[in-house]
Amino acid sequence: MNRESASLTQGLSARRRAYDIGMRALLYASAIIICALLLFLIGYILVRGIPHLSWEFLSSEESVIKNIEGILPALINTLYVVIATLIIVLPLGVGSAIYLTEYATNKKLVAAIEFATETLAGMPSIIFALVGVIVFCEFAGLGTSLLAGAFSLVMMTLPTIIRTTQESLKTVPQSYREGSLALGAGKWHMVRTVVLPSSVDGIVTGCILAVGRIVGESAVLMFTAGMGMRLAKYGHGLGEFFKNLFDSSGATLTVALYNYAKERADFESAFAVAVVLLVIAFIINIAAKLAGRKLKKH
Amino acid sequence: MCDNNEKIIIESNKLNLYYGDNHALKDISFRIPSNRITALIGPSGCGKSTFLKTLNRMNDLVPGVKIEGQVMYNGEDIYSKAVDVTRLRRQIGMVFQKANPFPMSIYDNIAYGPRTHGVRNRAKLDEIVERSLRDAAIWEEVKDRLNKSALGLSGGQQQRICIARALAVEPDVLLMDESTSALDPISTSKIEELAMDLKSRYTVIMVTHNMQQALRISDYTAFFLLGELVEYGDTQTMFSKPTDKRTEDYITGRFG
Amino acid sequence: MKLPPNTATTKNGACPVEEENSRAAKPIDGSRGLKDLMEHIMKALFLFCGLVAVGFVLVISVYLIISGLPAIREVGLIPFLFGTDWDPANKSGSPAYGILPMILTSIYGTAGAIVIGVPVGFLMAVFLSKVADRRLAAVIREVVDLLAGIPSVVYGLVGMMVLVPGIRVLFGLPAGDSLLAAVIVLAVMILPSIISVSETALDAVPREYEEASLALGATELETYFRVSAPAAKSGIAAAVVLGVGRAIGEAMAILMVAGNVANMPGLLKSVKFLTTAIAGEMSYAGGLHRQALFSIGLVLFLFIMLINAVLNLFLKKNGKEGN
Repeated sequence: MNRESASLTQGLSARRRAYDIGMRALLYASAIIICALLLFLIGYILVRGIPHLSWEFLSSEESVIKNIEGILPALINTLYVVIATLIIVLPLGVGSAIYLTEYATNKKLVAAIEFATETLAGMPSIIFALVGVIVFCEFAGLGTSLLAGAFSLVMMTLPTIIRTTQESLKTVPQSYREGSLALGAGKWHMVRTVVLPSSVDGIVTGCILAVGRIVGESAVLMFTAGMGMRLAKYGHGLGEFFKNLFDSSGATLTVALYNYAKERADFESAFAVAVVLLVIAFIINIAAKLAGRKLKKH
Repeated sequence: MCDNNEKIIIESNKLNLYYGDNHALKDISFRIPSNRITALIGPSGCGKSTFLKTLNRMNDLVPGVKIEGQVMYNGEDIYSKAVDVTRLRRQIGMVFQKANPFPMSIYDNIAYGPRTHGVRNRAKLDEIVERSLRDAAIWEEVKDRLNKSALGLSGGQQQRICIARALAVEPDVLLMDESTSALDPISTSKIEELAMDLKSRYTVIMVTHNMQQALRISDYTAFFLLGELVEYGDTQTMFSKPTDKRTEDYITGRFG
Repeated sequence: MKLPPNTATTKNGACPVEEENSRAAKPIDGSRGLKDLMEHIMKALFLFCGLVAVGFVLVISVYLIISGLPAIREVGLIPFLFGTDWDPANKSGSPAYGILPMILTSIYGTAGAIVIGVPVGFLMAVFLSKVADRRLAAVIREVVDLLAGIPSVVYGLVGMMVLVPGIRVLFGLPAGDSLLAAVIVLAVMILPSIISVSETALDAVPREYEEASLALGATELETYFRVSAPAAKSGIAAAVVLGVGRAIGEAMAILMVAGNVANMPGLLKSVKFLTTAIAGEMSYAGGLHRQALFSIGLVLFLFIMLINAVLNLFLKKNGKEGN
């Protein structure tokens, strides 16, 4: 390369200019493609689904005789699965995170728990489906039921809860802990009064993310919770309610969508369900953002 | 301000620079001679680094920056629209305060600039790499491990790799932004010697906090304070009899 | 020596104080016993919670092995893994249990999704991290997050209604359910994770590297692709491995577009993946067929464990570089 004193205005060589323009074009092209894809996806779903969406569709149980279509059972099943899963997974996940950040001293044990958490996080849902079927439906005798579905989903959502809780526990300043222990508080007292209250936001974020995964999950629920489209009889009173929750099986929204599209070729209903799922996904995204932002502030 | 027999390579006229509302450089008019070492001194935040970065337009990268006035390089206004910044930066090289070799091999670090500017021939690149490393006085230390990562070297070695990398594109001017401030005394003196060797072929402009350093190696010194160029002249003269009271105070260590 | 006159009084006065002390100490001791018990219980409870994840992984491994091995033993490992015919429902009495078509389909499908998804996702990450205006980048990031939150059956539905007919018409096929449709759906589904992981890696590249490159006269784009991207390479590699994991494990979306015939893979052929074989046949399979599905699950599990191991390797390396 010769030392150049050429004018500063000479500009890039043709080759470099081509590289610059070409790469810039590629960057913008990929951005435009992805945005266009998403707009198309959302637009297409809304256009095909909204016309079929009505209050009746959302609020009634389908009936061939009365010629009524409705996804109320799917909505209620989804809600039950979400609640049942959270009730089980929340204490386990938060407890696990507390153990890891506050109690654990054995490095090998911590490594084992973290390895297990990572493994669960990377496991495809179809594996949870298989294991759910053998362990909860058959071995534990729950049969194909919402509760078996919830247990299977506990395996899937546990890493989410553990991770977000752990992250927020790590943001609690060490001085809070020391301050509490220095006053003579026991460890559990310290966790209960100082650590947990400061990490509520992280736990909430974890719950929201878990809800997102549960609502979006289909493979696991199809095999463990069943595909029924009828409203289970929930009966009166809390006792009967729980008893029925154990027994009844049914499709959640995603499974109902699969059912409409693949088994019945009722695409209007499938798209209408897709709109509902899209709205839920949107709300969950916003909620997670808000909770996450609050978490960051601390 | 500067010896009239000198050939002037860079000249700024009424240069003003704003970061948003902050007026960081005020009416800087300054003539920098070719093939000399010019030191820019002054307390932190006085604008000397900022001024240095206007010379190769690295300030363009700061959001919200506004520059008024002229900087002439070999008679061309570097802030004119027609100027190609990449060509300017190739001719006015820069070595940073913190050694910043790329996370690549030593060879690839040095070859990065020439490759960017279109040198593909392996033999030619080998030659450039060796010459640049020799010029930066580090060839003997690294010639047996050119394919090892540059991040494995010591701080002083890394900084000389960065100087070699800057030399590899054959600049006319080398800007050094407190390039020895993070180094131990031995590495510092190596780089000072290097700078003195380099001035036969390059113009060196260096920002330094270290007044002994300015006195040891520079031909000219400029004193900046609060965004103004307070005093500029022959280094020996300026350190022995400064004309401005503020310069005297700074040099004698009354502030900064 | 004269004792101070009030010594006795002092001694007498001291006694009640000591008594008070011991009286005060007793309740503390008592409650400490209760507290200690509580502490122990809570510690045990938390330990139990921590072990649940380990337990789940053990249960998954053990049950998959227990239920996956019988069919492999019955069919034979080599015929099972390398047999090219999958025909478990053969009524004439000669069912075939070769899963090579599915293994290859899963590999090809994943590779295809990576080939499409990674370049686009990587470019998008560079755009977001380096080029885009900050506000625009924030909006696009929201959009990408939303993409990540859409359930897989919704992707399957749109693929079914748009891609499958499109491929049918475009290539003049009798049916458009094909590996190609599955690959495109998978590519779209892995985009969000590729984008966000690569972007995080690119954001972490020290600004000094980029400044050094610019100061040498490189353009911004030369800098991003020749300095920033190589500096972020292990993070980007992690993004790719993560994408592989996602793609190989996806079931429902591709079940809806791949056609589900256990052909040897071809881009325009109807194919069956490891995952879709399980998802599609689980509901009606019985006997050896059902056991064979668990064996497929075991194979898939081993694939995933391998991918996770590789991913951890990259992440660990990342962590080290970060320090």
